[in-house]
Amino acid sequence: MTEEFRPRILVFCCNWCSYAGADLAGIGRYQIDPHFRVVRTMCSARVDPEWIMEAFRLGADGVMVAGCHPGDCHYIGGNYRTRRRIALLRSLLSQFGLDPERLHLEWISAGEAEKFASSVNGFIRRVGALGPSPYRETAARTDGVAAEEAAHA
Amino acid sequence: MIATAQTPELERVTARARELLRQGCDGVLGLRKRWGHVGPCVFTREDELETLVLEPRYPVATVLRQILEAARGSKLGVVARGCDVRAIKELVIHNLSLPVGERAIGPYSFVAIPVTCGAEQAAECNCEKPVYELTRCTGCWECVEACPEDALKVRSACPIVLPNEFDRGLASRRAIYCPYPQAVPRWHVRDAEHCLALSGKMECKGCANICKAEAVMPEDAPREEDIDVGAVVLAPGFEEFMSRLEYDYGFSRYPDVVSSMEFERILSASGPCAGHVRRPSDGEEPRKIAFLQCVGSRDIACRNRYCSSVCCMYAIKEAVIAKEHCRDLDVTVFFMDIRAFGKEFDRYYERAKTEYGVRFARARVSDVNAADGRLRVRYSPAEGSVAADDFDMVVLSSGLEPPARIRQLVRTLGVRVEANGFVWTDPARPLETSRRGVYVAGAASGPKDIPETVTQASAAAGRAGQLLAGARHTLTKEPEFPPERDVSGEEPRIGVFVCHCGINIGGVVDVPAVAVHVRGLPYVAHTEDNLYTCSQDTQDHIRDMIAKHRLNRVVVASCSPRTHEPLFQETLRRAGLNPHLFEMANIRDQCSWIHMHQPEEATLKARCLVHMAVAKVAMVEPLAAALLDVTPSALVVGGGLAGMTAALATAGQGYKVTLVERRRRLGGNLDRVRYTFDEPDVRAYRDRLIAQVRGHPGIAVLTGTELDNVEGFVGSFESTLKTGARRTKVAHGALILATGGSESRPDEYRCMDDSRVVTQLELETMLAGKSSSAGARAPRSVVMIQCVGSREEGHMYCSRVCCSTAVKNALRIRETWPEAQVYVLYRDMRTYGFSEDHYQAARDRGVLFVGYEPEARPVVTNGRGLKVTVREPLLQRELVLRPDLVVLSARIDPSPDNARLAQMVKVPLTQDGFFLEAHAKLRPVEFATEGVFVAGLAHGPKNMAETIAQAEAAAAKACTIISKDKYRAEATIAALNEELCDGCGICVPVCEYNALEVIDRPGGKEGEKIVRLNEAMCKGCGGCVAACPSGAMEQKGFKNEQMLAMIRAALAE
Repeated sequence: MTEEFRPRILVFCCNWCSYAGADLAGIGRYQIDPHFRVVRTMCSARVDPEWIMEAFRLGADGVMVAGCHPGDCHYIGGNYRTRRRIALLRSLLSQFGLDPERLHLEWISAGEAEKFASSVNGFIRRVGALGPSPYRETAARTDGVAAEEAAHA
Repeated sequence: MIATAQTPELERVTARARELLRQGCDGVLGLRKRWGHVGPCVFTREDELETLVLEPRYPVATVLRQILEAARGSKLGVVARGCDVRAIKELVIHNLSLPVGERAIGPYSFVAIPVTCGAEQAAECNCEKPVYELTRCTGCWECVEACPEDALKVRSACPIVLPNEFDRGLASRRAIYCPYPQAVPRWHVRDAEHCLALSGKMECKGCANICKAEAVMPEDAPREEDIDVGAVVLAPGFEEFMSRLEYDYGFSRYPDVVSSMEFERILSASGPCAGHVRRPSDGEEPRKIAFLQCVGSRDIACRNRYCSSVCCMYAIKEAVIAKEHCRDLDVTVFFMDIRAFGKEFDRYYERAKTEYGVRFARARVSDVNAADGRLRVRYSPAEGSVAADDFDMVVLSSGLEPPARIRQLVRTLGVRVEANGFVWTDPARPLETSRRGVYVAGAASGPKDIPETVTQASAAAGRAGQLLAGARHTLTKEPEFPPERDVSGEEPRIGVFVCHCGINIGGVVDVPAVAVHVRGLPYVAHTEDNLYTCSQDTQDHIRDMIAKHRLNRVVVASCSPRTHEPLFQETLRRAGLNPHLFEMANIRDQCSWIHMHQPEEATLKARCLVHMAVAKVAMVEPLAAALLDVTPSALVVGGGLAGMTAALATAGQGYKVTLVERRRRLGGNLDRVRYTFDEPDVRAYRDRLIAQVRGHPGIAVLTGTELDNVEGFVGSFESTLKTGARRTKVAHGALILATGGSESRPDEYRCMDDSRVVTQLELETMLAGKSSSAGARAPRSVVMIQCVGSREEGHMYCSRVCCSTAVKNALRIRETWPEAQVYVLYRDMRTYGFSEDHYQAARDRGVLFVGYEPEARPVVTNGRGLKVTVREPLLQRELVLRPDLVVLSARIDPSPDNARLAQMVKVPLTQDGFFLEAHAKLRPVEFATEGVFVAGLAHGPKNMAETIAQAEAAAAKACTIISKDKYRAEATIAALNEELCDGCGICVPVCEYNALEVIDRPGGKEGEKIVRLNEAMCKGCGGCVAACPSGAMEQKGFKNEQMLAMIRAALAE
């Protein structure tokens, strides 16, 4: 890993637990590595496997999905489905030449600011050690296309 | 220079200092000039005062601290000028905030000698006259952030550091503070008692000077307001028992002896230790912890005879969480009885023992003392023996007491309190105080746990609703919004508002640069940056900008949508835009605050976050929440105490009720319970209740009737009722399940055919109506056996009422047959709350309580006479009793009909067969299926007062639905593309709310299927969308294309 490598990481957070935990990390002024972007969904079960694959296709170096702790899902049992989906996706990643470690699932409650900070920092560190995603180059080529598409949408 | 310019001031100050010295001050702290240098000095003699000078901004605070430490208890005068004020503030700090572990907060003894500054000096010190209002506080927190003049390392605009009550003094707070991190709105408040300015100690405007929103009101003062109300609900809660025992288990001496509330904060992820278990004395992780139960409860020495009801469970919970934090931790709970009487509690208790390895020791602790750097707990595990063990930490499971403030409150309101100081209620009306129109909920009327408190809160609101039913909606004001502009067909025109949030964002992120950057993004028609985007002025401004630039989409880049989205959405509505044409970028909580030292990275990230929001908002569409019709009536299933109470409460609010009872008559278990401590004649009570129900014009009673089928959903159910062979339909907006439960017929002691072996309810029938007699048929010896069929494999739950019932009947036996000896064989006596008094009374009246272990249950044999053998665990001795009567405290069983109903209504059951509520603590009478509620024994074992409260709560919850003209569904729910759906049904089991089902495709070919989505039942989690293999399911507001646009934007920056 070189000093210049700035990982690009997406963190999907459910509205009720982990996004609130992320907010609380801010309120507590936990200092976190800035190389991640949070996408909010209502429930972690909304995180479509397609999104995750699209993120990797576009050169994301890592994707983290965060939901309520088992038993605490705002929508009763959404996080159990998330757990199964992520397990399945992880088993698929290596077929695409991606280390399964690039996809990570974490349970973070609304009160766990410290856990949000430490798990994001830890994930970024681990992804940093893995180095850039092999899809980065191809993504850079398609990026131009995507931007063009966006401009014409 | 100022000093010489203010000679009269210097004279005044010197005179005052002299006066203080004469009055007995040990010294006056000020500055003196000697050999051309100014330095701090404690003037102890009047003649020294000649060298006193007034020189602003000299850092004397640290000196003061040292002086105070060296000469604790001394009384000092302190020369304090406006801008030199930190010296005295530090002094106050020193006295008020002792390091963690030192609890004693002594009174601080100093007298301030204020120094007035001239206008010039005031200007230099930034002391301009500020204006302000609380409602303008944006929660930006700047007021508690770093002081710009950081000469003394005073880290806050507010100099006062106090123990944080929420963290039980384990962390600190300022005199201007947010009471706890989760508070919404996140307004800061000032502590009038400790704020230097508000308490009148001295002038201080630290917070006002720094608040850019001008929200701090320097001259704020308490004011009285008159509010006309029709009812009052008292919910002042409880206070934790703080040791006032002469013998306090070391609480006041050792920092590592903590109260349960303190330990709760230590465990909390958002607490002072961020969830790491640390002991207060040295911050080390403890290896061995002891919990001492019943501190301040069940103890005449501290005047609290009652049981606090909740301590056993919270101790078990804290023990388990502590074990989860540190696996190798050794936890011992010292207890008298483990009172895990609530729903599912015993299962948790068993898991704590078996899975987590928490050790439970039945023993009375005599004292806690320091020994070799640890804490030595001495206890007596058995009669006459003493043992000792060393721990790193001791947690006192402190009891619940009425809050001190309650005394004034009840006096003002003129309501009665009971002997312990809790608000008095009649158990038959557990929400009512002694004064009509004043209701009480929660621990104010006696110790109770969260589910019971939440239940009571709903019930009390329902009582108030009944009282004020006639006035409903008369004072309601609907906000008026202009008609929504139709933006369909318009090209997106996005307005982006980037917030500085004072220096919260602006101090880290280059906000103008972010605004400029996003200007180049597609469809962005307007961008700007605001000091506070959430301020009222900016809301008006956003409306103007929407009109001026014909904006049809808005992005606000500021704080969290969780707190501020509704505010901006309302602004959109006021501007005639659909509130869903909006997106927020969280560049404060999730950017500037967490990357404070990386301004460049934070700016790049903020740019990206705004880009993501712009990409999404360009694709969003207006959304409307469906408004569905509501049938203003309820169906109550079950005609026992819960059902009848729920029916009366619902009808009392003015709604029609259909009450269905399977049996021929109303009454339920009230037919078998004959008397309670509070109600000497339950049958008379039952008859009055039945008469009320039957006589109520709003209640239609159908006995001999069963619920046969339920269709529809919240607000508009249609149920089929079966009376004999006849079926009728009834439309209703809400459904209350009160199907009850019953005392089981135990088969454990295979002698139920022996008339000398009876259950508690059978005994009650024998005793009811009997006057005192010592006739020939009177038994000379009675043995009661507790937990028959409860708390064992297959039925791992406590039946909750049996201990109190046994005590009740034992006392009745002592009255009826005074010669009879009564033995109660028990595992844990669970006479929680005020029932503890009766338990004590029974002991006083000679009832003998003998413990037994589940491994060695009592054995009953019925040869010629009855013989009961039990192994007494304390003495480890076999006890043989020869009673004339054996009474079994039999388990409470749920209604066998529950399984059928659960399937019909699509609500879950516990593994024991009781209905499983939506959330054990926070939604105790609701289900995930909206519009369906539960009360009484159908939910779990409980006594009459608890049943009444729960029935009232279920009714109150039902009324929140049927009192509305329309039911507003969620807006961001699932949407089905019928063309793409092939009815595979993969989504159906994914839905937790039964909102999806597979049906024949209308107008389709034979066997062609499609999914039907019930919009009223969808809660908008989006789980089905991610599950759909054909892309037919979408989530409004979180559509795939919208989310993918965000993801692409995130990775494009």
